[in-house]
Amino acid sequence: MESVVDLALLGLLAVTAFGVLHLRNLVAVVMLMGIYSFLSAALFVVLDAVDVAFTEVAVGAGVSTILALGTLALVGTRQKRHAKSPLIPLLIVLVTGGMLVYGTYDLPRWGEPDNPVHGHVAPEYLADHVPLAGDEGDVLEVHIPNIVTTVLASYRGYDTLGETTVVFAAMVGVLTLFVGSRRQRRTGGPPADDEGGSGAS
Amino acid sequence: MRDQIILRIAAKILIGPIFLFALYVQFHGDYGPGGGFQAGVIFAAGVILYALVFGLDRARAVIPTAIVTWCGTLGVLIFAGVGVAAMFMGGNFLDYGVLLYDAEHAQHIGILLVEAGVLVTVFGVMVTLFYSFAGRRRSR
Amino acid sequence: MEFLGLFNYWVVIFLMMVGFYALISRGNLVKKVVGLNLFQTSVIIFYVSTGKIVGGTAPILIGDDHGVAEGAAEVLYSNPLPHVLMLTAIVVGVATMAMALALVVRIKETYGTVEDDEIQAQVLADEQREGARP
Repeated sequence: MESVVDLALLGLLAVTAFGVLHLRNLVAVVMLMGIYSFLSAALFVVLDAVDVAFTEVAVGAGVSTILALGTLALVGTRQKRHAKSPLIPLLIVLVTGGMLVYGTYDLPRWGEPDNPVHGHVAPEYLADHVPLAGDEGDVLEVHIPNIVTTVLASYRGYDTLGETTVVFAAMVGVLTLFVGSRRQRRTGGPPADDEGGSGAS
Repeated sequence: MRDQIILRIAAKILIGPIFLFALYVQFHGDYGPGGGFQAGVIFAAGVILYALVFGLDRARAVIPTAIVTWCGTLGVLIFAGVGVAAMFMGGNFLDYGVLLYDAEHAQHIGILLVEAGVLVTVFGVMVTLFYSFAGRRRSR
Repeated sequence: MEFLGLFNYWVVIFLMMVGFYALISRGNLVKKVVGLNLFQTSVIIFYVSTGKIVGGTAPILIGDDHGVAEGAAEVLYSNPLPHVLMLTAIVVGVATMAMALALVVRIKETYGTVEDDEIQAQVLADEQREGARP
């Protein structure tokens, strides 16, 4: 049953991705990306990743849709028909995809309990019994039912600190790009000599 | 959208429960799906909903840009501060075990503080991003 | 079973290639960002797929309000580690996407367009003008 739902959702994801590629109305594209996020969240629930599904719904379908729509309000919603031949990109994509598919034959089969991924630290996390470096037999036990929270905040706190810093850095980046110069757009006329003024504001 | 009475009333009804739900997600994250990242985004979604319905100016009057930018910074500071506090109390960086009288409670309080830091940062960053994109056209 | 065991990976590769194709063949910068987003989601689906154990349950220990129940460790759980990594990756992904969109907005304000061939033509024209000037 799990596999059937999994297959159906993956099929829907593939169809939605195709729609995203082909539509030229960018508002429709952004809305399709929202649907795509919801579908992938459903897929994550089937794959037992409830926390990831929650995040995907809140972030992927909520905030990123809003941000993309805000961008479209500023840059316009039509994508121009491109004149370039699609042959070379298609060739690159097919060759890359072919090689990747060939590579999947060496991957462990999906969903098997004895895959290498499940062997290293995951059992210790799940048993809430993580050996500490240093003294022999010293273990860390947190006693919180949601293992994802425990791993996120405690066992892998460094990772999360890094990710939080990246989010903060992205905010600084956007503010740096947006605050500052209010330069007029160039519309073919002679270049205005305002290069010096842009940095000062 | 100020003249759309249905949207306005619906938003008024919804915003309170959205904030409550964010708090639930934050503090129930130990027992079910949820945590700082999700709660921060849901908090931000409440503010964004307010801004979409009542206008950006009123949203900025309620929660000024300066405050959300500070929030984005403060969260990282809380997170790193917990790590440094653990160092001062004799442990390693982000080693919560030394924060309280026994290791298990210390772990719980450490996780709570760190998740609070994540919540504050994610909330601040998401609202800042929304304000930046939404306020762009009128500043030109 | 051979087919089912690899199907997830193939769909992931298909999604990844759709995103890659959108990135390299479409001229609109917003579409390129959307393509990158597709690419990123495919990687996230791949990671979460590897964490799945058929017949397993979500990695939240069975218990009641007072903590973890006896024998909770005997239940089969899926691997929590990919979930943690991807959870943070999604949030970082939207932050970096906002960064990319901000760049797109600035490009629009500077060049008046977000189509890469028109931007290229303007840059070329600028360079020729610079070259003509002594």
